[in-house]
Amino acid sequence: MKYLKFLLTGVVFGIVMAKAEIISWYRIYEMFRFESFHMYGIIGSAVILGALAVQIIKRTQLKDIEGAQITFNPKNRSIIRYLVGGTIFGLGWALAGACPGPMFVLVGYGYLSLLIVIVGAVLGTFIYGLLRNKLPH
Amino acid sequence: MDIITQPWAWYVAGPIIALVMFLLLYFGETFGVSSNLRTMCTIAGGDKYADFFKIDWRKQQWNLVFVLGAVIGGFIAAQYLSNGQGIDLNPKTVVALEQLGFQAPTAAYLPSEIFGEHSVFSLKGFLILLGAGFLVGFGTRYAGGCTSGHAISGLSNLQIPSLIAVIGFFIGGLLMTHVLLPIIF
Repeated sequence: MKYLKFLLTGVVFGIVMAKAEIISWYRIYEMFRFESFHMYGIIGSAVILGALAVQIIKRTQLKDIEGAQITFNPKNRSIIRYLVGGTIFGLGWALAGACPGPMFVLVGYGYLSLLIVIVGAVLGTFIYGLLRNKLPH
Repeated sequence: MDIITQPWAWYVAGPIIALVMFLLLYFGETFGVSSNLRTMCTIAGGDKYADFFKIDWRKQQWNLVFVLGAVIGGFIAAQYLSNGQGIDLNPKTVVALEQLGFQAPTAAYLPSEIFGEHSVFSLKGFLILLGAGFLVGFGTRYAGGCTSGHAISGLSNLQIPSLIAVIGFFIGGLLMTHVLLPIIF
């Protein structure tokens, strides 16, 4: 039962990704051509409300469902890994038209060709793991 | 029911995504889908090849369950919440697609030129899908997060590294959309 809440949250996530066309290759293409506000509105409003939520959590020292204080891990300071890694990610995002979340939602939607993309993503993660110590971070 | 089956507006989707992020924090975890790719490597035996995969994957089970939920959500949307209509793109985007050699979209989500049977079962088409996934998987781990981990969770927590990562997402995305797609197709 511990996992039911995560399953249901995932279901809500999957439905909204599909219904707002965030899983659409076309919407990503349109976004990178700056020809629609749709994706910017989604990410922008999520970040504004998300930032508000994070501030409220921090200021009220909100506790999670288990009673432990909610904490945030600051990301490591670096430029190269975020810029280079992010650029590689962006190349794939615009080609596949899907980032990791939508890949899985699309499989559920019935588009099984996304399984090839997911295998590629797992493979990419694996190769990163092998090369990690040789890459600048 | 029409309100549900027609595409949802950005001002509906954005707040729900923020709610998902908040719920995962409230459940004592964090919103970040790409971590599951690492967990999958560990489960597949990747810990024998690199220390990066020596993690206790049981602590990540909740995230795998979340992704399973996302798959189910996609299924529910397809079966019960869809009106089967196409997508309402900017006409300029449709013109750009035609210049790329893509038909005007008939389905809402995926162009058959990349994801259709004809493409998937050709060597070039197969490698495009595998390669696109590879770039996403490699890039997201190198950058330490994807759209959910950096663009939503990270930016919400006002993390400069996440802003740099998102700038990278756009450098790569713009390069692919405007320079590489016309070469590939």
